[in-house]
Amino acid sequence: MKNLVFIEHADGKVKKASLEIISVALEYGDVSAIVVGDVDSATLSQFGASKIINVAQDALEPYSSGAYAKVIVDCVNQESPDLIFFSASRMGMEIAPLVAANLKISMASDCIGFSVDNGTVKIDRPVYSGKSFVSVAYNQMPMIVTIRPNSFEAKENPVSAESVNFAANFEQNDIASRVKEVIASVSERVDLTEANIVVSGGRGVGGPEGFAPIELLADEMSAAVGASRAAVDAGWRDHTDQVGQTGKTVTPQLYIACGISGAIQHLAGMSGTKTIVAINKDPDAPIFKIADYGIVGDLFEVLPILAEEIKKIRS
Amino acid sequence: MKIIVCVKHVPATDARIKLGADGKSIDETGINFIINPYDEFAIEEALLIKEKLGGEIMIVTLGESSAIESIRKGLAMGADKAVHLVCENVALADPWAVANRLAEEIREHDSDLILCGKNSADAQNQQVGSLVAAMLEKPVVTSVVEIEAEENTVTVWREIESGKEVYELSLPALLTVNKTEHEPRYASLRGIMMAKKKPVETKDVSIENGAIVVEEMSLPKAKEPCKIVGTDADSSGDLANLLHNEAKVI
Ligand SMILES: Cc1cc2nc3c(=O)[nH]c(=O)nc-3n(C[C@H](O)[C@H](O)[C@H](O)COP(=O)(O)OP(=O)(O)OC[C@H]3O[C@@H](n4cnc5c(N)ncnc54)[C@H](O)[C@@H]3O)c2cc1C
Ligand SMILES: Nc1ncnc2c1ncn2[C@@H]1O[C@H](COP(=O)(O)O)[C@@H](O)[C@H]1O
Repeated sequence: MKNLVFIEHADGKVKKASLEIISVALEYGDVSAIVVGDVDSATLSQFGASKIINVAQDALEPYSSGAYAKVIVDCVNQESPDLIFFSASRMGMEIAPLVAANLKISMASDCIGFSVDNGTVKIDRPVYSGKSFVSVAYNQMPMIVTIRPNSFEAKENPVSAESVNFAANFEQNDIASRVKEVIASVSERVDLTEANIVVSGGRGVGGPEGFAPIELLADEMSAAVGASRAAVDAGWRDHTDQVGQTGKTVTPQLYIACGISGAIQHLAGMSGTKTIVAINKDPDAPIFKIADYGIVGDLFEVLPILAEEIKKIRS
Repeated sequence: MKIIVCVKHVPATDARIKLGADGKSIDETGINFIINPYDEFAIEEALLIKEKLGGEIMIVTLGESSAIESIRKGLAMGADKAVHLVCENVALADPWAVANRLAEEIREHDSDLILCGKNSADAQNQQVGSLVAAMLEKPVVTSVVEIEAEENTVTVWREIESGKEVYELSLPALLTVNKTEHEPRYASLRGIMMAKKKPVETKDVSIENGAIVVEEMSLPKAKEPCKIVGTDADSSGDLANLLHNEAKVI
């Protein structure tokens, strides 16, 4: 099968989520990677992309989902892939449905399991806020899938790659919405949705300054910092940090919930985590029902020492 | 300003999910249904825009006959009228087919602004808004956390992983609404009374079978009980060791 993967990058560095997708796609055929802008393309061939389709960024600046979608549609029409992959990121989830609508094909979002059996694609995806999963069959080609970050392993698979340029052709009415300004968040941390480790705080941290020990522990592990809705609604953290039903869904290797009771709406955003740690004063807090490891104690006493202990192990 | 809000009727966020007899859907017995949370934020935004600029808010819902509960709730919050496209088995239907039917309905009405939720709580496709926009050839911005509407334009803030993007759109346009800073209002008693008299047009419809078919539903694997490492800060060292040696995550 022929696969086309839309690559996301930040400052020229390919996002880990895009490498994970190349690894998924590679199991079912060749991978062509379409990239807008300059990236370190050696990384793409290192992970198995045998064709790199480069689109110059200037024509597509500033960002417009419509213009991106048009370019990808043109590329699909030229390359005729069977499977078209995006990351289930904000960008992927905005562009992919526009491509689907334009090509008049269905798409499956937020895939966490993927296989192809006798030409039928099978996809596992969470529904009902991760409280259940469906396995869906898709028997029409081409198809579009978005892959949830951190759900598959990125594996190196060096190949020699052909690199081609692809012209962006679009008209004014393809770019009906175009970004006017970008307000970068002040945080220098990894994206919550891509992070391997997330440390989150809830109402139990008591105030904005209560996040200091959480930040400290996160720094020790290069982790992202998350928050419960209670902490966000109290104005202690920005909504970009919220984990849960009305916030972000994260699937890191390790999630440390501090002063979070474990309401079902919070679990909706993190229950796909490999290992969950809870630090909570209340032994009956529901978070302990889903956690793998717990300390029943005061987070202000536990976190600084835990940060020290982890520092020892990591050094 | 004429605003259309697409509202889905979904299980309450605290609902416990059990599998249905067919193994492909949930058992709905005992489950409370509500307006999809993001759609409720969308209704609140629509009400604030109407308070500022005047106009009319119409709800469009594709769903079982029981979805009228969410429609009435939206009307009680302050929407003016509604169209209920009555159809079975909508919850996990092919998003393309759902969007196609919604777009067909929306085309029949004048609208300056169409609001959808960022995603539905049941299917969580995050697609229907964008698909409807593309089908109607209207500009779309997704995951919007703030809206400033004027007579012919909107300025919107879209949440992305690394911050926010600002867009200025001329109307008509479609937005998919994330959680905003405006907590959805409760319906007043007066609102609830008035809602009973507001017009709801009901149509029996069917949607196409899409290319995506649910074959099986499953529940998350049961977890091992939590290992309580200790009850004070002294257990931090043990926890760090377990994370390193046993879980191998640090
Ligand atoms: C439609 C809807 C959508 C929602 N979406 C979300 C969502 O996206 N994300 C989300 O998180 N919630 C969401 N909620 C809210 C959710 O129901 C809970 O209210 C919220 O998660 C509670 O946050 P919390 O655990 O921080 O606070 P609480 O429930 O108040 O828990 C605080 C915990 O901190 C512990 N604690 C206190 N002090 C300390 C200390 N010093 N050391 C250790 N532990 C301490 C307490 O024992 C307690 O368990 C939603 C609710 C609804 C209705
Ligand atoms: N059956 C439906 N009836 C009305 N609106 C819907 C329906 N399904 C989806 N929507 C709208 O599309 C948004 C995104 O849904 P989804 O793509 O399923 O995540 C929802 O928040 C609603 O605004």
